[in-house]
Amino acid sequence: MRRWRIARLVAGKDLRIERRSRVVVNQVLPFAAVTMLMFAFALDATNVLERVAPGLVWLATLFSLLVLVQRAFAIEADDGALDALRVAGVDPVAIYWGKSMALAAQLAVLELLLVVAAVLLYGADVPAGGLALLAVTLVLATAGLACVGTLYGGLTAGFTGRETLLPLLVLPVVAPVLIGATRAVESALGTDGAALSEGWPWVGLLAVFAVAFGVGGALAFGPLIEEAT
Amino acid sequence: MIVALIAMEDAGFVIGSYVITFAVVGALAWRIVRRGRELAPRIDDADKYWT
Amino acid sequence: MTSPALAPEPTVSRSAGTGTHVTRLLGIATIVMIGWTAAFGLLFSPADRNQGDSVRIMYVHVPTVWTAYLAFTVTALCSASYLFRKKHSLGFDRVAGASAEIGVVFMALTLVTGMLWGRLTWGVYWEWDARLTTTALLFVSYIGYLAVRGLGGTHHQRAKRSAVVGLLIVLEIPLVHWSVKLWRSLHQEASVLDTDGDIDLDGLMLFSLFVGVVAFTLLYVWLVLHRSRTMAMEDLLEDQGLDEALAARRAEAVMS
Repeated sequence: MRRWRIARLVAGKDLRIERRSRVVVNQVLPFAAVTMLMFAFALDATNVLERVAPGLVWLATLFSLLVLVQRAFAIEADDGALDALRVAGVDPVAIYWGKSMALAAQLAVLELLLVVAAVLLYGADVPAGGLALLAVTLVLATAGLACVGTLYGGLTAGFTGRETLLPLLVLPVVAPVLIGATRAVESALGTDGAALSEGWPWVGLLAVFAVAFGVGGALAFGPLIEEAT
Repeated sequence: MIVALIAMEDAGFVIGSYVITFAVVGALAWRIVRRGRELAPRIDDADKYWT
Repeated sequence: MTSPALAPEPTVSRSAGTGTHVTRLLGIATIVMIGWTAAFGLLFSPADRNQGDSVRIMYVHVPTVWTAYLAFTVTALCSASYLFRKKHSLGFDRVAGASAEIGVVFMALTLVTGMLWGRLTWGVYWEWDARLTTTALLFVSYIGYLAVRGLGGTHHQRAKRSAVVGLLIVLEIPLVHWSVKLWRSLHQEASVLDTDGDIDLDGLMLFSLFVGVVAFTLLYVWLVLHRSRTMAMEDLLEDQGLDEALAARRAEAVMS
């Protein structure tokens, strides 16, 4: 399908830009790590950290998401690349899916590193039985976050005074992902006695969220990035 | 009657709620009407769809 | 020899503001009903068996909730009407915006009166239960909507962007509600407060509530009418300002 091919091209372009500039690797991942450190300083007691580790991982993910989204659209702002794509008649849905996929890939790497950091720094502990739940949660949450991020990133990109709106728009919308992913990871890790079975309803929620915003975002992206009257 | 009002339990919170609500609503209404009065002289009646 | 710039035609404006016969009648009816609301709420209605006089806050709190939800529903419907009709009418956009502004104010009042009522009945200003949490997120979401309306650009750009965001909020709120409800239902702590309350609504109390809801609905309509008219004038002035600026630039080009 032509749209899928274009989406892959757009995703490939974004990832290639990252590979050459290494902005995410050099700046955003360290930012996420620093955030984890800051949480530790604020929360002090070790057993508190272990109990809230899943929540902190997802909070750090959300804050990093904001930075990643701004980066994803900053690369388009130079030379008006997004406008050029749109004016050339490239299907906006394809652009949306392409950028979402690239964002999701970067997010996934970030989340894995944060989980490792939580294990090392907060004393969190991943039992073998929870791995499947953990993996599915990561995939679905990432999909949802990437879709929302790309959508609102498109809206706020461009003129100065608009990027600052991104956090205010994105964070309320991704509250369900924060709740669902945290609860699911708590079940996967057995934090505070949470049972493994309690995690799967949350996975359902994350799936619905990802589909809803995957579709809704694709429909909304086109009108939102149009700058011409 | 006013005495009965003030004498009721938790009068502060209850009356406070009413006062806050009506004060805020009144202020909002005032602002909207005042803005309307500021702008109206600058626009032809023909362009005002409500006249 | 310079050619004289065209003198702008004088503005013909006899109407002093955004009022019309309809709004004056509506305004009077509103004031009267608000008066009745206060009278019934504070004086005529009885104190509750369990909550005592603190239940009287309900007679302003519930109407503000109702109005806020009414306002946001209107915003959503107008957003859809703007977006999905062939003729993208800015009138719908203005009502959507006016309604959202008013909705945010009423939602803020809902949260404040709710906190005062909660302090009296539950002992705490806030509880992270499903309803309150969702309400707080809804409030923040509409503040975001208003911020998007302020991003600038042409009227149609504003209309399109905010219509899309408005509809995305409609998509988001059920998801938020579901997730918070699931979250709060899974961990039923022993100290969880039943925020649905145990109020026995007798006839007079129900009537007082009804008076309040009617009063605030009239108030909402009055506010939206005035605000959308004012917004229409603001848009017109912005367009005029643009036209004048363009004309001035052209006149400069001719004269130089």
